[in-house]
Amino acid sequence: MTVSPRADDAWLVIPLFNEATVIREVLAGALPHFPHIVCVDDASTDGSAEAAEEAGAVVVRHPFNLGQGAALQTGVRYVLEATDATYLVTFDADGQHRVEDALAMVERARQDDLAVVFGSRFLDERTRPGLLKKVVLKTAVWITNQQTGMRLSDAHNGLRVVRRDAAEGLDLSQNRMAHATEIVLQLGRTRLPWAEHPVHVLYTDYSRAKGQSLINSVNILIDSILK
Amino acid sequence: MLDQPLIKVILIAAIVVVTAMLTRSTTGARHQAVRRLLLIGFVGLAVVAVLFPGFLTRVAQFVGVGRGADLLLYTLTVTFLGYVAASYRRLRHMEQQVTTLARELALRSAVHAQRDHPPGGDLEP
Repeated sequence: MTVSPRADDAWLVIPLFNEATVIREVLAGALPHFPHIVCVDDASTDGSAEAAEEAGAVVVRHPFNLGQGAALQTGVRYVLEATDATYLVTFDADGQHRVEDALAMVERARQDDLAVVFGSRFLDERTRPGLLKKVVLKTAVWITNQQTGMRLSDAHNGLRVVRRDAAEGLDLSQNRMAHATEIVLQLGRTRLPWAEHPVHVLYTDYSRAKGQSLINSVNILIDSILK
Repeated sequence: MLDQPLIKVILIAAIVVVTAMLTRSTTGARHQAVRRLLLIGFVGLAVVAVLFPGFLTRVAQFVGVGRGADLLLYTLTVTFLGYVAASYRRLRHMEQQVTTLARELALRSAVHAQRDHPPGGDLEP
């Protein structure tokens, strides 16, 4: 991690909701490489926003809880309107993404002139979700591919690099979790070049406990069908 | 399964229409006018049904349902489904407006706060 360069023209967008126990650590790991970070606090009640602010991130505060999709869209709007960043990187607050992967993805976007780089945990064998989780994730991928006409290997991965021109095409209306499908759909509609990049997702006990419950995937599915 | 075909066709068609309402955008003056016409028709039918109960039974028998009361129950069920669909749409729309409003507020106050005191630990000029 010490040899990685700093990404000065990229902003990390982190939706934040009640992650006070880990956000300090996540930001401390990311700030040396991504000096610009905006956390969108979705009305946390555990002091997450203050922790993020003290750690050195810009914090945008929702007045009440709106959902992760809404938080992402707010972060995108912030980066587009308040900064002149070339890239924005969506990143999870719970510490399941690796900063090295984010850096590599920005580098890939720069080198291959890509507008969007989706992180995928299924391009290699490093990430090992449980069997049931894998079935659910693969089903989500299949549904997303059916709905968007794109061929992705991992749909609900929160690590993505989006170039400014592609970010301008984003207008997420799915406030809850179905936004993952909506992001793919809207980025695909921009017709800009995209690629998938292999990433490693760290399933810590913490992220496992916070992660999507299987029953919630029913909500995601129905949200993504009903408009 | 194939007895009483007429009422089944009518009811299933109604359910399909309600489902379509859920997935398609139906805002605007035309939609409102249709809704009001349906409401007026509903009121008219209710009055007729109260004044001439035999009429309801005749209609029921015409479409293949035994009693007028049964027809009433079916109609009520479908109307309720339609109501659920309409209020889902309205709520969704309102949620969207609230989100937009909250986002504008959040962005404004964040940009203001930053202008006053830039975040610590940053090396920006």
